Amino acid sequence: MSIKIFVPGDSAALALGADAVAKNILAEAARRNMAVELVRNGSRGMLWLEPLVEVQTDKGRVAYGPVEGKDVRALFDADFLHGGKHKLGLGLTEELPYLKKQERLTFARVGITDPLSLEDYLAHDGFQGLRKALAMQPAAIVQQVTDSGLRGRGGAAFPTGIKWKTVLNTAAAQKYIVCNADEGDSGTFADRMLMEGDPFLLVEGMTIAALAVGATQGYIYVRSEYPHSITILNEAIAVARKAGYLGPNILDSGKSFELEVRKGAGAYVCGEETSLLESLEGKRGIVRAKPPLPAIAGLFGMPTVINNVISLASVPIILDKGAAFYKNYGMGRSNGTLPFQLAGNIKHGGLIEKAFGVTLRQLMYDFGGGSASGRPIKAVQVGGPLGAYLPESQWDTPLDYEAYTALWAVLGHGGIVVHDDSADLAKLARYAMKFCAIESCGKCTPCRIGATRGVEVMDKIIAGQDTEAQVELLRDLCDTMLNGSMCAMGGMTPYPVLSALNHFPRDFVKKIPV
Amino acid sequence: MNLASHTESIASILSSQQNRPGALLPILHDIQEALGFIPPDSIQQIASALNLSRAEVHGVITFYHHFRTTPPARHTIEICCAEACQSMGAERLVEHAKQRLAGSKHGECEVKPVYCLGLCATSPALMVGEELHARVTPEKFDRLIEQMGIKT
Repeated sequence: MSIKIFVPGDSAALALGADAVAKNILAEAARRNMAVELVRNGSRGMLWLEPLVEVQTDKGRVAYGPVEGKDVRALFDADFLHGGKHKLGLGLTEELPYLKKQERLTFARVGITDPLSLEDYLAHDGFQGLRKALAMQPAAIVQQVTDSGLRGRGGAAFPTGIKWKTVLNTAAAQKYIVCNADEGDSGTFADRMLMEGDPFLLVEGMTIAALAVGATQGYIYVRSEYPHSITILNEAIAVARKAGYLGPNILDSGKSFELEVRKGAGAYVCGEETSLLESLEGKRGIVRAKPPLPAIAGLFGMPTVINNVISLASVPIILDKGAAFYKNYGMGRSNGTLPFQLAGNIKHGGLIEKAFGVTLRQLMYDFGGGSASGRPIKAVQVGGPLGAYLPESQWDTPLDYEAYTALWAVLGHGGIVVHDDSADLAKLARYAMKFCAIESCGKCTPCRIGATRGVEVMDKIIAGQDTEAQVELLRDLCDTMLNGSMCAMGGMTPYPVLSALNHFPRDFVKKIPV
Repeated sequence: MNLASHTESIASILSSQQNRPGALLPILHDIQEALGFIPPDSIQQIASALNLSRAEVHGVITFYHHFRTTPPARHTIEICCAEACQSMGAERLVEHAKQRLAGSKHGECEVKPVYCLGLCATSPALMVGEELHARVTPEKFDRLIEQMGIKT
């Protein structure tokens, strides 16, 4: 009988040489006349251990990592195929505290299954949510999602059920489901890991959304920086369609839903929903004025559900296990779980799916093990490039939408970027303005002009020219951007800038050379 | 590749794609994939096929960072410069890359910034074509350009 070996095919593992590891394992097994079955799974999300090789044994899956191509021969010598001892050995994967302490609902299968094996997906509760949805009335599906308390995981945290209800109640000849997979925030990779590690889950979530609102066409808009995600999604769609989970007659229900992947082209602003719709229509990604809401007049002017990858991927388990099951996780009005992404200068970076309510300190120290450099952590940016920088005094606040709003911060898409004490927050504030200037779509003045003026003001502050007056000017400018911009691009750039200024004022005072 | 063959390959892309809803981006991607760039003199041809003005096509091409209107260098290295990579020394890596490649032949290798490759827990990261590299140290970078056969 052949022994099952898992070598992730996730982008992060590939970037660290997983292909060479896989190739060497096959070659070495052949040389030793040993029968192995190689599975290219998704990543378990313990990214400091990638490439993480796992072997199926009688006791469970045993992990080794981080494995390089040159380690393979020694692993065979140590009889890793039977869980043998080796310096890279980590023991049973399921027992690793990083994984054991998580609450994986959306990421339940990621890293465990072969992402493109429908058989694997079905064996791990796949398409159970869809089967239940097929037996329900559209309004009942929407109600289930509303009752679960699920809020948009892309960053805006708008209740998903309310959005769906609007689309359901808007009559139209054609409706669309659009998945926003333009995951451009630095420090975020949950969408990517999910698309590469469990693509059928996204297909299932979108199909349920289609049944709920009466849509027949869906698009997944994936950024061009994610070529592997695009390849895997296309393959998954083809497999699902062939097996009747997509197409003109889903599981003989008479309902139809077609799904297509569209590739972005490197514009950060296309993560904004109306800008993304423009881009899908083949235009420049210029933000639209709201109203009308996309739920009423979205893609090609038709009612459109537009949700983030994680929002849509959270739907199947809600339908399968019920709204109450999902709602039971979390705190306050933040129900369910959020896949946090621990990144930047951190020893044990990776994906941590936890119920809302965990704190930054727990994530950074209990999971993350402190900074990668070994230096003290100084500032943490939560929620992407438009999120605030948090000083240590705020690290014990529970990660909850409302608690973060009270701190004048955002959870966003759950990205956490750690900076050690070598970080210069004035430089990072300048970068935030610069990023906005580069990526602004140009539609509204506060963002288009404001960001450029913001860079100039930051340059003067950094150079120590008339600091006091310039800081006042910066605050004034941020006020205009915050209140006058059409979307989050200009409207939230003040978050990193002002939080840096307020919490780390010393970095904004030029150290005058003697 | 000469102009006539450009026109021909663009025509075949247009005829297979022009009836898709929102066809312009998929068309531009296909052209860039086939030719390495979008020739400025093809704008009229694309515009006619989609019943758009030249300005609209030009506007789309120039709006998106991904599209280019000049032939690419033999190698393009995209180094992530977003916050997570900055926190692990992306700026130093860019400096190092520029220094190392300063002596290379014109058109041999281009270094471009990119904002996030989704490898934020294994930073700094870069991409060559569709090939990803994470935890890139200056030494790792040097080995990479050596493997790519770039003479410095």
